[in-house]
Amino acid sequence: MNNAMKQAEQIREISGVNPYKCMKCGKCSASCPSFNEMDIKPHQFVSYVLNNDIEALMQSESLWKCLSCFACVERCPRDVKPGKLIDAARQLVVRQRDETYLSPDEIPELLDPDLPQQLLVSAFRRYRR
Amino acid sequence: MKYSYYPGCTLKTKAKDLDAYARASAKALGFELEEIENWQCCGGVYPLGSDEIATKLSSVRALNEAKEKGQDLVTLCSACHHVIKRVNDDMKNVEDIRTRANNYMQLDEPYAGETTVLHFLEVLRDRVGFDEIRKKVTNPLTGKKIGAYYGCLLLRPSKLLEFDNPENPTIIEDFIRAIGAEPVVYPYRNECCGGYISLKEKDMSKRMSTTIMESAAGMGAEMLITACPLCMYNLNKSGSGAVPVYYFTELLAEALGVKEEAATK
Amino acid sequence: MQRIGVFVCHCGSNIAATVDVKKVVEMARLEPGVVHAEDYQYMCSEVGQAKIATAIHEKHLTGIVVCSCSPRMHETTFRKAAEKAGLNPYMVEIANIREHCSWIHKNIEEATKKAVILARAAIAKVNLNTPLKAGESRVTKRALVIGGGIAGIQTALDIAEAGYEVDIVEKTPSIGGRMSQLDKTFPTLDCSACILTPKMVEASAHDKITIYTYSEVEKVSGFVGDFTVDIRKKARSVDMTKCTGCGVCQEKCPSRKAPSEFNRGLSTRSAIYTPFAQAIPNVPVIDREHCIKFKTGKCGLCEKVCQAGAIDYTQKDEIITEKYGAIVVATGFDTIKLDQYDEYAYSQSKDVITSLELERIMNAAGPTKGHLERLSDGKPPKNMVFIQCVGSRCSDNRGKSYCSKICCMYTAKHAMLIRDKYPDVNVTVFYIDVRTPGKNFDEFYRRAVEDYGVNYIKGQVGKVAPQPDGSLLVQGVDLLDNKQILMKADMVVLATAIEPDPSVRSIATMLTASIDTNNFLTEAHAKLRPVESPTAGVFLSGVCQGPKDIPETVAQAGAAAVKAIGLLAKDKLMTNPCTAKADELLCNGCSQCENVCPYGAISYETKLINDHGVREERRIAVVNNALCQGCGACTVTCPSGAMDLQGFSNRQILAEVDAICR
Repeated sequence: MNNAMKQAEQIREISGVNPYKCMKCGKCSASCPSFNEMDIKPHQFVSYVLNNDIEALMQSESLWKCLSCFACVERCPRDVKPGKLIDAARQLVVRQRDETYLSPDEIPELLDPDLPQQLLVSAFRRYRR
Repeated sequence: MKYSYYPGCTLKTKAKDLDAYARASAKALGFELEEIENWQCCGGVYPLGSDEIATKLSSVRALNEAKEKGQDLVTLCSACHHVIKRVNDDMKNVEDIRTRANNYMQLDEPYAGETTVLHFLEVLRDRVGFDEIRKKVTNPLTGKKIGAYYGCLLLRPSKLLEFDNPENPTIIEDFIRAIGAEPVVYPYRNECCGGYISLKEKDMSKRMSTTIMESAAGMGAEMLITACPLCMYNLNKSGSGAVPVYYFTELLAEALGVKEEAATK
Repeated sequence: MQRIGVFVCHCGSNIAATVDVKKVVEMARLEPGVVHAEDYQYMCSEVGQAKIATAIHEKHLTGIVVCSCSPRMHETTFRKAAEKAGLNPYMVEIANIREHCSWIHKNIEEATKKAVILARAAIAKVNLNTPLKAGESRVTKRALVIGGGIAGIQTALDIAEAGYEVDIVEKTPSIGGRMSQLDKTFPTLDCSACILTPKMVEASAHDKITIYTYSEVEKVSGFVGDFTVDIRKKARSVDMTKCTGCGVCQEKCPSRKAPSEFNRGLSTRSAIYTPFAQAIPNVPVIDREHCIKFKTGKCGLCEKVCQAGAIDYTQKDEIITEKYGAIVVATGFDTIKLDQYDEYAYSQSKDVITSLELERIMNAAGPTKGHLERLSDGKPPKNMVFIQCVGSRCSDNRGKSYCSKICCMYTAKHAMLIRDKYPDVNVTVFYIDVRTPGKNFDEFYRRAVEDYGVNYIKGQVGKVAPQPDGSLLVQGVDLLDNKQILMKADMVVLATAIEPDPSVRSIATMLTASIDTNNFLTEAHAKLRPVESPTAGVFLSGVCQGPKDIPETVAQAGAAAVKAIGLLAKDKLMTNPCTAKADELLCNGCSQCENVCPYGAISYETKLINDHGVREERRIAVVNNALCQGCGACTVTCPSGAMDLQGFSNRQILAEVDAICR
């Protein structure tokens, strides 16, 4: 098994998603509130995993634009859960290189007096190991 | 009736009101929220990876403490509710997670999802009953047109959260009626405010929060209510400012006539 | 001692590729009673059958085991071959080494081992087989059709034309079904009523057809050729023999708030009503739930205005009991409820409608008199969005797993008709796939695109958001452009999945006809017996068996009629001799078998019994062979072991088990 296949396998394991169930209807992309900010669109996540093209997925901006709002998961007619796929790719990135999308150094300037703790905790949990 | 209560980090700091009004209202309605000891932050987001264990343990601790007390566990913040309810489902139904989490925990008796997790709104609806609340309202908010903002965390995934119809929920609208006001239904009440994205992608959360707020205002809402401190922050910070946003517990306390009492604490 | 021949079939490579057939032959030869064993490529072929006949003659066989496919496929073939060669057909047993063995295993060694065991069990059974003789039962030359839609009407007409009596039972006040609600039909765009009404009239005027409307099947007993059915004629409150159909009662009725079923609740009707103008019979019914007279005792206006004196408030439900030789189920469909699909705002906006509701809106007799307008404010729409596959092709427990089959075509039809009549209206269709197999179907869809300018977008809609100005904001995706789309619409039409009419469940139970997980009736064989239920004498017509359009429904209705006619044409039927039989000496008269028998085939009689010299009167079970279906419920219930099933006796079954465990 080459590295690409291994990564695809990992994504399937972490997400628990069976991408073969997808019928390519586009309901996920039709529902996604972050669609316009994503370079790889929700309905494409599945094809990237099926094609073992995980490297491209891991480079994707979409990883940092997904809100985990579960609109795609809720409305998917085939129970594919595209949001879990993109989270698994994000996990892979975070675990491998402790991605620098969010650095502790930049926190002070992001803060404001009203900002709830919850926001910092959530962001750290999503973006860092 | 006594419930175990999990306030969560933000309710101890930025969202003290949300907590104080809830406690005062609970008292007025005849049930008690008993804060569990030594609770730890839930993490804010549910760890989606099926191999994530350590990040779920703080929820398991809280759940287990409620179990030992033989009480249902009540949550108030939407994020805490989402995380704890889903971890509970994992502990109940996902054998691998249950085994591994219990291996970490080393409890006298393994935890297997025995605790019932209830959001405060569910207590109002399913345990107290909105009809009962209506009777106890001394200061009805008659004439107020209120939009319910659900967001995503309370509703989805609906199969696990079993909270309400994820596309056309009614629980907060029923709550609004119970306190004497008029609910305003608008289509974006179950869409995401941007959540944690607002830390770095201000434009995105601005667009989302504005859409929500404008939709509510357009449909005639004079104010929005929410159960989530992060939604509150995003809507206030990034929304268009068309309508003010309140915690639902504040309006409840007001309707029950205990708002002043709660605020002075 | 039997003289048994064993015949092992290769079924081309179906069996032989996984089972070592030579080995099976070799091992069979070692079994007690076996005097002949051979294999052949296709036992069911003429050559194969000849081999069996030759062996019967030459080796003087008394029993036969064929190791082949499922008995459902060829048991009858081999029994007939044996009978022709002079053997009792019930001396033939099948060892299913295809479906039960070669098809489900990969390892040749293991599959061969299993095939040998299956053959051994069948041989052990044949050793105990005794010749059985089939009895005869009569055929009642009358058919029952349940459901009066186009499927039921066509089936009834075809049976009646062949000269047999047919009764149609329809639960609503008129025949006509879903087709009567449609405006135009694809792919020719002829008006639905124009082609349906003549058929309704023909059925109602046919001297061989009796129509029971506002009636339901209540009870079914008996079996193929001889069913007894109770039909409940619900109280119409109008005397059908007196009513002239003048319609004055409906005009004068002061209760006008009942939702019109025919218009899918988009308009109201009077409490005394016929569902639509062309209703057959043209006799109204009183909806007692909405009738002021029935609710309060006051009113009685319809009685006063009825010149014919046909109104009868005292009428009661009536039960008719009738005998039938064949039953055809034609219960049709309904659209699914949309409460699981609130992202489309169906329950939040009047301007989000189902396609069937659009049919009513487009129809001149519909709630808007055929004018395309928004139900919220009566304004004509400028932009319309159609969403395909709402509730179809879902494996998430929200909707149906199947394709509803008719939606792609009716949506093309709707889009085309709207663009034709209202060229200013922009029409957009969101689709996953456009499925148009059928004569002139794809050409029809292409016409919608090429000649009428309908905008087809490959992608789905995620949300329909009602706006403050009353419009609808549709958020969808164009997968080919890879763009999310926000589109304002004035009306949104949902191609809602269809499902079998809910009444089919209780009817299937009454008929002991099987239904699948989606409540579609199961056919006896998916390919070779598509219009027959596995329950003998029960036939399937129309959507109750699976989604289909009108041409297919009519074709299947005709096919079901032919099958029913084939049955009715017979004077007598051979009955299954594998029926239960009580051993008079063992029976203790406890009645347990009588209680469990689903066919009412067991009764008790008092009889003088000679029990080893002791003569006494005992109460013993007696089986009516004509009624017994050989299900075996009595044999497993009998505490004293007195009940046995001929052809499947306890000894035979235990011998099979022994042979397997040996």
